[in-house]
Amino acid sequence: MEIVSLQKGLDIDSVRKQFPILHRQVKGKPLVYLDNAATSQKPQVVIDALTEYYSGYNANIHRGIHTLAEEATAAFEDTRETVKNFIGASLTEEIIFTRGTTEGINLVASSWGRANLQPGDEIIISTLEHHSNIVPWQMIAQERGAFLKVVPITDDGEFLFDAFEKMLSPKTKFVSLVHASNALGVINPVKKVIDAAHAFGALVLIDGAQSTVHLNINVQELNCDFFAFSGHKVYGPTGVGVLYGKREILEAMPPYQGGGEMIREVSFSGTTYNDLPYKFEAGTPNIADVIALKTALDFISGIGKTEIAQHENQLLTYASAQLKEISGLRIIGDIESKVSVVSFVIEGIHPQDIGILLDNQGIAVRTGHHCTQPLMHRLGITGTSRASFAVYNTHEEIDVLVKGLFKVKKMLA
Amino acid sequence: MTDTPAIQTIEEDIVEEFALFDNWEDKYEYIIDMGKKLPKLEDAHKKEENKIRGCQSTVWMVSEYRDGKIYYKADSDAMIVKGLISMLIRVFSGQKPGDIIAADMKFIDDIGMSTHLAQTRSNGLRSMIKQMKLDAMVWASKENN
Repeated sequence: MEIVSLQKGLDIDSVRKQFPILHRQVKGKPLVYLDNAATSQKPQVVIDALTEYYSGYNANIHRGIHTLAEEATAAFEDTRETVKNFIGASLTEEIIFTRGTTEGINLVASSWGRANLQPGDEIIISTLEHHSNIVPWQMIAQERGAFLKVVPITDDGEFLFDAFEKMLSPKTKFVSLVHASNALGVINPVKKVIDAAHAFGALVLIDGAQSTVHLNINVQELNCDFFAFSGHKVYGPTGVGVLYGKREILEAMPPYQGGGEMIREVSFSGTTYNDLPYKFEAGTPNIADVIALKTALDFISGIGKTEIAQHENQLLTYASAQLKEISGLRIIGDIESKVSVVSFVIEGIHPQDIGILLDNQGIAVRTGHHCTQPLMHRLGITGTSRASFAVYNTHEEIDVLVKGLFKVKKMLA
Repeated sequence: MTDTPAIQTIEEDIVEEFALFDNWEDKYEYIIDMGKKLPKLEDAHKKEENKIRGCQSTVWMVSEYRDGKIYYKADSDAMIVKGLISMLIRVFSGQKPGDIIAADMKFIDDIGMSTHLAQTRSNGLRSMIKQMKLDAMVWASKENN
């Protein structure tokens, strides 16, 4: 297969230079980091943003009257504006900072679910969901006497839209769907799902943990009611995430947690709550990481999402073709519509053995069930090995992976 | 029956064997080889209650007590884990419960396999050693009654 040359404008060497961790060695070999679906590495500018905050203007935000507090508050709120533009929202108060995608989903399940779900109501998820988009719904369904329905998939991991349509009924109150599967990389037809669910008056949350770094996101075009993603998967810090929600829906929802920041007035006889988005941001937020999240999103926009996606798609195509040269290797979820994730099994070899033996060659992949046990069960496997690509990965690294896998096969033969 | 050497003697043997390898490939091929040589565990033993649960691979282990000594049998669906447990069985099988409980397992460091001790979420050595020692404690308490 021909190695397609990179686009103009995306100079991969200069991109790699911005990620200090990519220059370290693992077990005496150059690191080949292919576990980006778990977390992406951080460019120097993001690391610097954290240091600059702590060394230059660390202060608690919103209530302080002094200069440091004003600077920190301005930087914090700047991120909200950047996030709003990054995902195509119309209002900054629709952007709520969380710890990550998981907390965003829990917030909606808990706050919206407790206030709105009645016994007999139905929540729809899919077989492709991460445990984070299963368990919060199981918990609230159990509490409210509601039911969880699961959309089936094909053997290739494709969402069965017809089956989904048949599940919809006036009982359907909520649909929570992963945009791109973390385990397989397959992209779900979210726009069609959102429109179909809305026709029955159901709300829709899109789990954007994997998609936000790879695809252009426009929540207004999608018309989703909620959208959640994590900072650490978009070249940002850990411990920060975003929940987008439509203003009128968020306004009607009760607070998720009580504490500082989320109140207007507190007395022992009762409390009135703050406006959006602060109503959902109880306590001192993760100020440093929120500020650095803006830097991460600016980093992506600076290179260009389209350019990044083109590069990642080339890597995906190349990797899929090269991996298929290995006898006994089967790609799981080998369909057209995918983000840059390749999940595979090799006949007769346990994924854990693959992971350990690749690690000894400096190659980081993820092995196991990827926190999608029901999906693995549906596919009749206990786990896969997963290579996932980011803006800084190269064709040469895929060659190293393929060579590494040949070695694994030889060692276990 | 010939007497099984003391735990420390076996550990020293293993350390000596590993000292012969100067690259990771040889080391792991040796572990894989130990896995392949592990005596088969009967399917009847591969049940839920004999599982040592980990995030990625499954280990089944059973032990029996004869004449004051414990004998272990095990299997795994992953080859490196199987090799590691084969090595542990070589160290512990045929030993007295008190000796198993007291073993400090420092040799794992000496053979450069301590990374497998740290893998808390995968089925690392740590959970296997813990289960083997727990079994020894159970047999020891029965012994005393």
